[in-house]
Amino acid sequence: MTPLDPKKPIDVEEILKDLDKYRPRRRGWTWRKKLPEGTKLDKYEYYQISEPLKNSIPLPAAHYFNNIDPQPDVVITAEIASGRFEDDIRRMRMAAWHGADHIMVIRTLGQSHFDGLIEGTPEGVGGIPITRKQVRATRKALDLIEDEVGRPINFHSYVSGVAGPEIAVLFAEEGVNGAHQDPQYNILYRGVNPVRSFVDAAVAKKIMAWAGMLQIDGAHNANASAKISWTVMPELLVQHGINCMFSLKVGMPKENIALSTVPPMIAPTPEMRIDLPYAVALRELFKGFRFRAQMNTRYIESDLFDATRVHVLNAVLSRLTSADLQSTITPDEGRNVPWHINSIRGVETAKHTLLAMDGIQKYVKIDREAIREKVRELKMRAILMLEEILQMGGYFEALEAGMFVDNGYYPERLGDGIARKKDGEIAAGTVVPRDPDYMAPVCEHFGYNNLPEGLERPCDLIGGCTFHKPEKIQFIDELDETDNVNLRLQRVKDMKARNVIKPEVEWYADGWIQLDMTFSLPEEYAEAAALAVCEKLGLEDPTIIAKTVLHPAEGTYVEVKAKVPFEIKIDELRLPKKPETLPEDEIFDFVSKRPITVVAATVGEDEHSVGLREILDIKHGGIEKYGIKYHYLGTSCPPEKLIDAAIETGADAILASMIITHNDVHIKNMRRLNELAIEKGIRDKVLIIVGGTQINNDLAVENGVDAGFGRGTKGIHVASFIVKKLRERDALKFGN
Amino acid sequence: MKPRPDDFAERSKHLQHMSDEELDAYFWQLVEKVVDPLIELARTHTSPSIERSVLLRMGFNSLEAKKLVDMIFERGLLGKGAGHIVWRIAKEHNIDYIEAGRRLINGMYWDDVDRIFKGVKK
Repeated sequence: MTPLDPKKPIDVEEILKDLDKYRPRRRGWTWRKKLPEGTKLDKYEYYQISEPLKNSIPLPAAHYFNNIDPQPDVVITAEIASGRFEDDIRRMRMAAWHGADHIMVIRTLGQSHFDGLIEGTPEGVGGIPITRKQVRATRKALDLIEDEVGRPINFHSYVSGVAGPEIAVLFAEEGVNGAHQDPQYNILYRGVNPVRSFVDAAVAKKIMAWAGMLQIDGAHNANASAKISWTVMPELLVQHGINCMFSLKVGMPKENIALSTVPPMIAPTPEMRIDLPYAVALRELFKGFRFRAQMNTRYIESDLFDATRVHVLNAVLSRLTSADLQSTITPDEGRNVPWHINSIRGVETAKHTLLAMDGIQKYVKIDREAIREKVRELKMRAILMLEEILQMGGYFEALEAGMFVDNGYYPERLGDGIARKKDGEIAAGTVVPRDPDYMAPVCEHFGYNNLPEGLERPCDLIGGCTFHKPEKIQFIDELDETDNVNLRLQRVKDMKARNVIKPEVEWYADGWIQLDMTFSLPEEYAEAAALAVCEKLGLEDPTIIAKTVLHPAEGTYVEVKAKVPFEIKIDELRLPKKPETLPEDEIFDFVSKRPITVVAATVGEDEHSVGLREILDIKHGGIEKYGIKYHYLGTSCPPEKLIDAAIETGADAILASMIITHNDVHIKNMRRLNELAIEKGIRDKVLIIVGGTQINNDLAVENGVDAGFGRGTKGIHVASFIVKKLRERDALKFGN
Repeated sequence: MKPRPDDFAERSKHLQHMSDEELDAYFWQLVEKVVDPLIELARTHTSPSIERSVLLRMGFNSLEAKKLVDMIFERGLLGKGAGHIVWRIAKEHNIDYIEAGRRLINGMYWDDVDRIFKGVKK
C-alpha cells in the first residue's frame, strides 16, 4: 500500500480494497522503547521518556523549546467510539500524531448480548459493532498510521459478552493487540450467566495468551457504579485478584495481565490522601503485573475544565506511583459521544502531565511509613472479604448473596450489592459438561480434550487450524445492503465531488458545532436565551451541553451544541494573504549596503515582551540576525516616547508590540502613533509596524500604520517587509 | 447480604500481627482457593461460544459456526465437541471437513451423528 501523505486525508476506499487478502503484520502487544535516563532534548534532561516519533504534533508550548515532542515512557490510550469505523480511523490518526499508541475501540451498545459474531460494517451506537471486516480494515489503517508516526500502535477492544471465545479467535487472527477480558464484568454489569462467563473466559484467555495480547481487567467498573467510590476499594483488590489468578492458571503470562485501576476520588474530598494509599496497596499486592491507569469517569460532569483538572491529578498519581499504560477519557464523556477534539485533549492531558512529572521520584518520595497503616488496612479488608467468600461456599455463593458492589466499606455491608444467580441471567443453562470423548481438533484450546495420541499439534488432525494456516480464515464482506460503509461513504464522496464542507465533531462533516455564551440572567433564563440565540442564527437541534453559574443573579455561562444547516463551498473561501518573505541572502545583502535602524517597544500599559523579543533578538531568529540595528525601549512605553526615540536615532521603522486589546486600546495606540508621526513631520521617513496576537494586517492598515503582524510571525517576515518598503522608497527617491 | 456495621477492628484481629509480606502471601493463598474451583469448572465444561470458537479455528465462517453449533446443541451433543462431530463425519464419508460441515447444515448425515455419538442403531 502507498504510505500516507501527511498532507492528505486517509483514503478509506483504498483501505477497503483487497481487504479479503490482507493479513496483519504482527501479533501481540508492543511497549514503548525507553530512552536512557538523562537523555537530553533541546537542553532538558529526561528520565522517563521513550523513542521519538517521526511525525507528531507537540504540546502547545513546544515552539518555545525548538518544537521538541518528548514521548513519555508510558503507553497512552485513546478511546475511540464514533460508531463508524471509517471515521474512527481518521481520529486514530489524529490521536497517534498527538502521542497515543494504544487505540481502544469501544463496541456498539448491546454487542455483549449478541450470541455469535457480527459481520459487515453496520453503524453502531456509542461504538462500532466488532466484525471481522471492521477489525481488519482498522488494523490495516493502523499499519499505515504507525508507519507514518514511526511507532507501533496497539489496537484494542473487548473480549466479553456471550461470544467471548469467538471474539478472542477473531482478534488473534486479525492482529488485535490487547483486550478487556474479565468474567466478573460480564456477570456484574452485563447480566451474563456467571457459569457461562467463567467457562468462556478460560478459553478466551488461553487464545489471548497465544496471541500475546495484553489483557486489561474490568474491576474499575465497580468504581464507576458505586455510590461513593472509595467504599469499593477492598472489593477492587479482590476482583483484580480473582481475574489475575484465573488468567495465570489458564496460562497467560503475568507480564501480559494488566489491572485496570482508577483513582477513585475527586475534590472537594481530599482525594489524594484517599487515592494514594490505595494505589500503593495495589502496586504492592500485584507486583509483576501491569498497571493500566485509567482516569476517573465516576465523577466527571459536563464541565470540560473540571474533567481536565481531575485527569491531570490522576496522571500525577500515576507518576507518584507507577503505570505501564496511561489511559485517557475524553473530558466530554459526561455529555456527548466523545468528539475528535476531546479525544485529542485527553491524550494531551496525559502527555502533558506525564512529561511535567518526568523523573519526579528523584525529588519526591512517598513516605511509606506514614501511609503504611492505611495500606495494611486496605489489604486486610480485602483478605477478610476473601475469607468470607470462602466461608459462604465460594465465588458463586457469595455472588448470589450480593457480596459484590455493595456500597458498604467492607466488612461493612449496606445490603445493596449486585446479586446474580449461578443458574440464572442471560445464557443460563447453555454450559454443558465435556463428555469423556470430548474433542476439539484445534490449537490453544483450554481444558479437557480427548485428542488421539501421537499428535504433534492438535490441529494436525485437520491439516492445520487458522492459527497455523491463516489462509483457512473465511472473510465475509457485507450482510446488510441497507447498513454498510459503502452507503455511508456515498455522502462523503458526493460532498467531496462538489467541493463543499461542513463542520464536524465525530463523523465526516456531521454539521455539529459548539457555541458558548454568557448571559446576565439566572440559570433557567440563560438556558432559554441560549437556545433562542441558536434559533435566530438558524441552527438546528440546539442542545444545552454544559453550564456554569457565575452568580445566581449576575450571570450564567452556557455551552450549546447545534447543527449548521448549510454547506461551505471550499472554492469560494478567501484565505488571508501570508506575509511574503524575501530570500535571506537578499535581506543580508540589502542591509549590508544600506544600514537599517529601528526603535522597538511594547506600547501602552503592556508588560508582554516575549513576542517582541523574538522578533528582535538574534537568538530567536529575529531581525538582528540580518544586521538590522534596534533600540529596545522596553515595556509599557508611551507612543510619544517611541516617536521621540525614532527622531533621535533616525530610525527607519518603529516596531510597536500590542498584546492587550481591552477596550480597543491597541487601535487607539495605532492611530496615536500615526498622528504623532505626522505632527512631528516624520511620517514619510518612518515605517510604523505593529504586532501582537490579536493583530492582523488589514486592521493595522485601516488604522493608519504600515503593517500589522499576528500570531506566528518570525523575524524574517518583519525584515522582509522593511527591506521591501525601503527598496521601493529608495527607488522612488533616486528614480531608478 | 444483610446490612451490618463496619466491624473491621474486631474481625481483623487475627491479621493485625502479620507482616506486610505475610499479608500479601495470605491474600494470594485465599484468591487461589476462590479461583481453583472456577478453573476446574472451566476445564471440564464447554459452551456454544466455545464450540463456535473451535469451528472458527477450523476455518468455518461465523454463520456456518453458529448454525452448526445450534443444531448440535439442540441434539444434546455439545459435550462431544462440535469440531469433533464435524471431523468424525468428514472421516466417515471421506470428504473435506468444511464440506462435511456444510452438508450437516443442509440436513445431511445426522443419522450418522446419532449412530456414532449417541449409539443409536440404524
